[in-house]
Amino acid sequence: MTVLFYGQALSSALMLGTAQYPSPEILRDAVLAARPGVLTVSLRRESAGERAGQAFWSLVHELGVPVLPNTAGCHTVKEAVTTAHMAREVFGTDWIKLEVIGEADTLQPDVFGLVEAARILSEEGFKVFPYTTEDLVVAERLLAAGCEVLMPWGAPIGSGKGLNNVFGLRAMRAHFPAVPLVVDAGIGVPSHAAQALELGYDAVLINTAVAKAGDPVRMAQAFGLAVQAGMLARMADPMDARDMAAPSTPVAGKAFLG
Amino acid sequence: MKITVNDEAQDVSATTLAGLIDELGYAGARIATALNGQFVPKTERGRAALAAGARVEIVAPMQGG
Repeated sequence: MTVLFYGQALSSALMLGTAQYPSPEILRDAVLAARPGVLTVSLRRESAGERAGQAFWSLVHELGVPVLPNTAGCHTVKEAVTTAHMAREVFGTDWIKLEVIGEADTLQPDVFGLVEAARILSEEGFKVFPYTTEDLVVAERLLAAGCEVLMPWGAPIGSGKGLNNVFGLRAMRAHFPAVPLVVDAGIGVPSHAAQALELGYDAVLINTAVAKAGDPVRMAQAFGLAVQAGMLARMADPMDARDMAAPSTPVAGKAFLG
Repeated sequence: MKITVNDEAQDVSATTLAGLIDELGYAGARIATALNGQFVPKTERGRAALAAGARVEIVAPMQGG
């Protein structure tokens, strides 16, 4: 079973962010260790003297992993749409990870602005990856606006708390069996990533958990393995949990020793 | 002519966005531009006239999550 994101298969269910690494070399080594299917990138003001963005672009280009530009830090529809236009020109892709942030403490999405921006961008031919919540009504609106992928949060961005609402994520998976779903934000350790895939999610997006680990390269490798394990487990159809014990060793034929 | 570029005051002689990119030393760089909050595609920069007080944004690839 190959999940397609706007018609494109990914080489791994791991989407990896490129921010907050201790150095460009560590970022490069982390990417080589994790072997992600996608790298997320962003746009910021460029100084003609420093040209920091040009050096970063050379590094990403050299790694050869498909990029997913984001609209991180945008709080209005207009900001997000304009940023998407700029990202399309700079990165040469119509993929956009759409973030319209609505609240400063939790960085949760402004879902009203998100739906509006998603509609505008989808009509303009963008392939929108919306950073959303697990709210099913919002999800329906995003799909109606033209989105073919949904990216609910696991927990607030950068919190590392894992899957805060497993019930909600499970309901979303059940409600949209044919829509590619990605847990974006909040994953802290590899077991969270494996859990998301075991729940039936098609990918996970991780940044801080790798970049802020004591050893980002080793953690990147751990996430790469966790994603492989989670995907294998999902394909293997996990057993149902039950409340009472059930003996795994057969009782029949046991010697009478009483 | 006084304008702002990436929120910094600049006194420039260029009269178009394309001219400004050259004047400030961005030639050949992978960048995107906005003039007064509106995206200006690369192909339109030569026709995008600058007026005093213009607000120009010049962005480039950067690390992101």
